[in-house]
Amino acid sequence: MSAAGPIVAAPVAISDWGFLFYRIRKSPLTVLGILMILTVLVFVAFAPWLATHDPNAISLRARLAPPSGAHWFGTDEVGRDLYSRVVFGGRLSVGVGFFVVVIAGGVGAVVGCLSGILGGRVDTVLMRIMDVVLSVPSLVVTMALAAALGPSLFNAMLAMAIVRIPFYVRLARGQALVIREMPYVKGAYIFGASNWQVLRWHVARNAMPPLIVQATLDLGGAILMASALSFIGLGAQQPTAEWGAMVSTGRNFILDQWWYSAFPGFAILFTATGFNLLGDGVRDLLDPRQKGR
Amino acid sequence: MADPSRVVLEIRNLTLRFPTYGGAVHAVNGASIRVDAGERVGIVGESGSAKSVTSLMAMRLLPEGRFEVAGGSVALCGRDILAASEKEMVNIRGRDVAMIFQEPLTALNPTRRIGRQMLEVIRLHRGLSGRAARDLAIRLLGDMRIADPEQVFGRYPFELSGGMRQRVLIGLAFSCEPKLIVADEATTALDVTVQRQVLHLLRAKANSLGTAILFITHDLAVASQFCDRLYVMYAGAVVEEGPTAEVLGAPAHPYTQALLDALPERAAPGERLRSIAGSVPDLTAELSGCAFAPRCAQASAVCERRPALIPTGSDGHRAACWLAAKAVQ
Amino acid sequence: MPFVNIIRKRLIFLVLVVFGVSLITFAISHIIPGDPARLVAGDRASDEIVTSIRQQMGLDRPLPEQYWRYLTGILRGDLGASLRTNRPVIEDLVAFFPASLELALVALLIATLMGAPLGVLSAVYRDRPIDHVVRTLAVIGISTPAFWLGLILIVTFYGALGVLPGGGRIDPNLAIPSRVTGFYLVDSLLAGDLPAFGSTLRHLVLPAFTLGFIHLGVVARQIRSAMLDELQQDYVRTARANGIAKWRVICGHALPNALIPSITVLGLALGDLLYGAVLTETVFAWPGMGAYVVNSIQSLDFPAVMGFSVVVSFAYVLVNLAVDLIYMAIDPRITGVN
Repeated sequence: MSAAGPIVAAPVAISDWGFLFYRIRKSPLTVLGILMILTVLVFVAFAPWLATHDPNAISLRARLAPPSGAHWFGTDEVGRDLYSRVVFGGRLSVGVGFFVVVIAGGVGAVVGCLSGILGGRVDTVLMRIMDVVLSVPSLVVTMALAAALGPSLFNAMLAMAIVRIPFYVRLARGQALVIREMPYVKGAYIFGASNWQVLRWHVARNAMPPLIVQATLDLGGAILMASALSFIGLGAQQPTAEWGAMVSTGRNFILDQWWYSAFPGFAILFTATGFNLLGDGVRDLLDPRQKGR
Repeated sequence: MADPSRVVLEIRNLTLRFPTYGGAVHAVNGASIRVDAGERVGIVGESGSAKSVTSLMAMRLLPEGRFEVAGGSVALCGRDILAASEKEMVNIRGRDVAMIFQEPLTALNPTRRIGRQMLEVIRLHRGLSGRAARDLAIRLLGDMRIADPEQVFGRYPFELSGGMRQRVLIGLAFSCEPKLIVADEATTALDVTVQRQVLHLLRAKANSLGTAILFITHDLAVASQFCDRLYVMYAGAVVEEGPTAEVLGAPAHPYTQALLDALPERAAPGERLRSIAGSVPDLTAELSGCAFAPRCAQASAVCERRPALIPTGSDGHRAACWLAAKAVQ
Repeated sequence: MPFVNIIRKRLIFLVLVVFGVSLITFAISHIIPGDPARLVAGDRASDEIVTSIRQQMGLDRPLPEQYWRYLTGILRGDLGASLRTNRPVIEDLVAFFPASLELALVALLIATLMGAPLGVLSAVYRDRPIDHVVRTLAVIGISTPAFWLGLILIVTFYGALGVLPGGGRIDPNLAIPSRVTGFYLVDSLLAGDLPAFGSTLRHLVLPAFTLGFIHLGVVARQIRSAMLDELQQDYVRTARANGIAKWRVICGHALPNALIPSITVLGLALGDLLYGAVLTETVFAWPGMGAYVVNSIQSLDFPAVMGFSVVVSFAYVLVNLAVDLIYMAIDPRITGVN
């Protein structure tokens, strides 16, 4: 590394926050992702004010109307305003995404950290089980589980959360194992700390940041999968304003009323892209190869 | 002084910066280095003294866009390297100047057989093909005292020892009979006996072809055996230069003296090894005075101004230190 | 003997996966609300009939015994009978598998042919505008709902422009080429039936592009990251120092080496494509396993869903094994030539 490695800069007295900000600024994609997410969150937060119509108000006189000044995204087969439905649908999609990663991440973190701290046979057996679950294609298992639980948005969320848990368990366990070997944790044991105290004081605190980062990376995927489940009829049911379900219904009118499917689908794409751009940026920030640039 | 037609490499007042988060790193601060035909010139200094960066710049191999040239010039065989197009550089590299790197393990493409890697370069620059190219490659390997060149020709790099790989690299560097070879810590990774053999081969081959060598190392012992002239670099600038015997025998700069004092051979049995107190300065700030002053036992007020290279009396021996200047007067 | 080791590891993994998948699907199929026997018998059947069907299906046995019968059935290639089609699931899947594989392979080809050059450009021009464009494209790829992209392409190329078919595998007026491989592209060529070949190709364009675009980002990112690793290797510098031109070093030295680790990711992508085709096949009425399983899920046909999961997981492991073998064949460091 002596050659191209452009000389490690001597330590500079700038806080980590400043450095983080510098790196984010140097990564236009991350900035773009943040802006996109902020846009989505504004719509989610202020849906009632930003919508132009009641998303569930039926108007049989204005059925399947093309986009116009009155109905920006057109109307659906019973005359509901698609723009307002897309705006309100954001609450559902983003909410589902958060719910899934929070449940999966929370359960996974607890189980994983415990497994890592306890070690021994419990750990071995648990990890074998996780290996098996992770070896099975997740989309299909999620679909099967959602179908078995019965088609509803809540069951779809539950299925997604359950299928994602092993991923977080493995991650949290890895963190716990690293932290357990840290000198200060070994020190804590020497001074008589119990597993529980170590878990609470050291592991929980230090394992959280990487888990939160992973959960952020996972949000885009969760939103996409939720919409896919709704699309094949396993998630949100009519007349709920959910993006995937709207694309699915719009499919019946796709050749003549393209806007019906196009706008909700674009909303999914926009939201997922925002979260995935942010996720990519975060991943790069954590990439050790990027150090010193 | 030197006959201009015999100058192979002339770096003049080169100043390089690397933009980073903490501000620009002033990596090279007005370094001047000259190599004449057939000469073996050493650059010595600690890690971070920019000796490698300077030599990579001579071949324009620093990653484009990651550095700024703030001043100075680089001329290789009379051509302005800083202004040359990438296309011209491709013709210069390998043909007029070649390079040997530190890590023989990673410096060869791991998934290609030795022969194929050599043939690619030979075909490119010598215009040889088929049988002739192969013969030349085998001969180069033979010249490097490789016992069974035919066999090594068909091997992958990971199947050879470190010394063998370094010989392959040296053979490759000589394949186009360049005027200059830059050897960047070329023997550092090898153990001492292999190191000696490899240096011997390098010297013999360079002598027979009249190739000049720019030898970059942090190992003063190796430099003293191998080089005709030395440049001592510190914090991106040359602090002392001259014939090897002069520089190492009668060092005029306190930094050179400190380097010599730190050699394990200089320590009496049972005595603690000496090191240079402090560390290389922060290069994010522009240097105003002598860069070594903070670590120098003999520093005084005058060291707040930057000293130029001043002749110390003997032929070609110069040092950038106010003490040396006083001694001359 | 790393060769034997890797194969052994994969085979152990295969056993593990079959076991795991069977256990999971079995568990899932037993939490369905409602009674499968009632589902088979129909709403109006008498209780006696339902009871006898239940006995026939073995549903009155203890759960471990039921699982054991299911597992041994899988090992014999018996995945049970579909409740929807009343045919053995394995026959249905064998019938639909080639269509899915054909689509997945063409999609992988598209993703690789587009993604690899983009990944190389992105790595070489790291942090420059072109890198940002490629990375944005890659992110958009993985963020695109396949079902939506499919619909948009149908509206555009079938609905508005009318240049490509909007669904199906071949023109219904053409005879299906006689089955040799089950790949229409191959079979039609073997039969010398050019119209059928052309029609298959035209039918493949939209679904394969949809599926390929989703995975383009995966490929481009992988190649980018592998190229970044290779480009900072010393041998790249040696090659440049020896006067080999930049792009020749990139394409001749760095890219082949970057492709070696990428084989793994491409193999995994093929696995993903197989079951990721679920949504794409549904949108394009592509007669493959994906569309089959979606129909099965919607009608709670659990033997079919379980069978699909088993087969796809099995294929996944086999693809992985194949990838390992390819890997070993092309990386001299592993094979240990001479």
